[in-house]
Amino acid sequence: MAAGDSAQPAVRGGLRGRVGSVEVLAAVLVLVVVFRAPLSRLLSTPGSQTWTTVFVSVLTQAIPFLVFGVVLSAVIAVFVPASFFARALPRHPALAVPVASAAGVVLPGCECGSVPIAGALVRRGVTPAAALAFLLSAPAINPIVLTATAVAFPGRPMMVVARGLASLITACAMGWLWLALGRSEWIRLPHRPELDGMSRWAAFWAAVRHDVMHAGGYLVLGAMAAATINVFVPQRWLRALGHDPALGVLTLAVLAVVLSVCSEADAFVAASLRDFSLTAKLAFLVVGPMIDLKLFAMQAGTFGRRFATRFAPATFGLAVVVAVTVGAVLR
Amino acid sequence: MNRQAQAVVLLLVGGAVLRSSLTDLYLRYVKQGLRPFLIAAGVLLVLAAVVTLRYEFRGGRGQDGHDHEHGPRAGWLLLLPVFALLLVAPPALGSYAANRTGTALTRVSDFPPLPAGDPARIGVLDYASRAVFDAGRSLGDRKVRLTGFVVKGADGAPYLARMVLSCCAADARPVKVGLAGDVPADLEPDTWLAVTGRYTRRSVADDVNGETIPYLDVVDLERVAAPTEEYES
Repeated sequence: MAAGDSAQPAVRGGLRGRVGSVEVLAAVLVLVVVFRAPLSRLLSTPGSQTWTTVFVSVLTQAIPFLVFGVVLSAVIAVFVPASFFARALPRHPALAVPVASAAGVVLPGCECGSVPIAGALVRRGVTPAAALAFLLSAPAINPIVLTATAVAFPGRPMMVVARGLASLITACAMGWLWLALGRSEWIRLPHRPELDGMSRWAAFWAAVRHDVMHAGGYLVLGAMAAATINVFVPQRWLRALGHDPALGVLTLAVLAVVLSVCSEADAFVAASLRDFSLTAKLAFLVVGPMIDLKLFAMQAGTFGRRFATRFAPATFGLAVVVAVTVGAVLR
Repeated sequence: MNRQAQAVVLLLVGGAVLRSSLTDLYLRYVKQGLRPFLIAAGVLLVLAAVVTLRYEFRGGRGQDGHDHEHGPRAGWLLLLPVFALLLVAPPALGSYAANRTGTALTRVSDFPPLPAGDPARIGVLDYASRAVFDAGRSLGDRKVRLTGFVVKGADGAPYLARMVLSCCAADARPVKVGLAGDVPADLEPDTWLAVTGRYTRRSVADDVNGETIPYLDVVDLERVAAPTEEYES
């Protein structure tokens, strides 16, 4: 019973220096297996069962994209020389922002993958403004997401145009806003084991391991929040809010943040919210891929809390304003 | 968390993803199309764990005093989905979720002829779309057979429902069809049924979102096992 022995000092906490995380991990695993029956009983009411299903679903859907994003960011960190980005992006930061936003077209996936990639770009010396513009635009304007939007809104091609345009404008504007007001000390990239001095493949796997643990942990946090909102906020409340135009836009923008639906699916969710105006749905589609609970958790993890608490509200406000404006112009 | 513990967590996450995607378990949470990507992600995670452990046991870096490298604390949270998947494996969304959300139909205007067969086997979503947006024209007098689970409305009346997914269960929306005619009174929620019937003009407004719920005039009704893929798309 080696695992049982090590569990006791771990709980006391004072001896943590001597108890490694492997011992703690073993103790946790043993405890969960021992208490499996009462834990399962606890999770068998319809409400908590639905919560667990939604929680597991959000993660299952996100994990391939997370792994894909992490692998791509490890490739950027290890195999792509920094000089590549210096040559690929215009030298002037103000010009690099729109180029980086438009480059989001080539990343087919949802938002979970783009956070670690943006982190890797900043580490690689890309100006943060351009990396952030890429972070915001990539999940919203890639071909898969725009196709899904076209399918969800049959007979309304303007919805696709409006979504792409509003997302691109918001991403560029946030990049420029960062150039004007952002301070580099707000960004604190997490300490990562030094990759220099390792062989390339050792560095690659070290980066993958670190980023999966880090971004993945924050993704779990976001999935828990999303499942909670999903299960405990009744849809009846929404119906009453949909009939007032301004309130409708705000409601759906907030809903996009709290529901944290993947950007490949959000168009279908928006289409099913029949009580709301098209402008409100556009706001939902523009805000969702840029900022939601799981993204906020991941951004806080990747760029630091001081960054996320400033960047997230600014993104939210700007995305709503741009969506309403684009919605009014293209009506 | 040191590197060995991180490797074990990666192995557990990768193993959980592989276990759910190599069996039909993943179908409770996401769509079939995601399977190859889930398998690839699972293999990569296991590979990352194995490579990390190999570097550790070869002692490449473990002995140079950096053994107490503080890995990301947030990584501990990755154990939660592992436990949820390997120990609990929650079921696909059913009547509880369907009752809390209004029926969700996306307007369609193109209705191909019904498939051959008597009765014609069609999805609950297909039937509801034809009934609501085509006023039953493309259904005519044909008998159709729908498979779904039982949801009890606020008034205790049984409805046949199916959850519709576009990506994962977080965006699942129910589609409901009322059961008219001779329906047994003792239908328990979440019972899976195959219902044969004909189009009827009767409909009712969903009390959650006010959307139209069409009815089916039931000719025959039998209890069936839940299908492997419980969601429609």
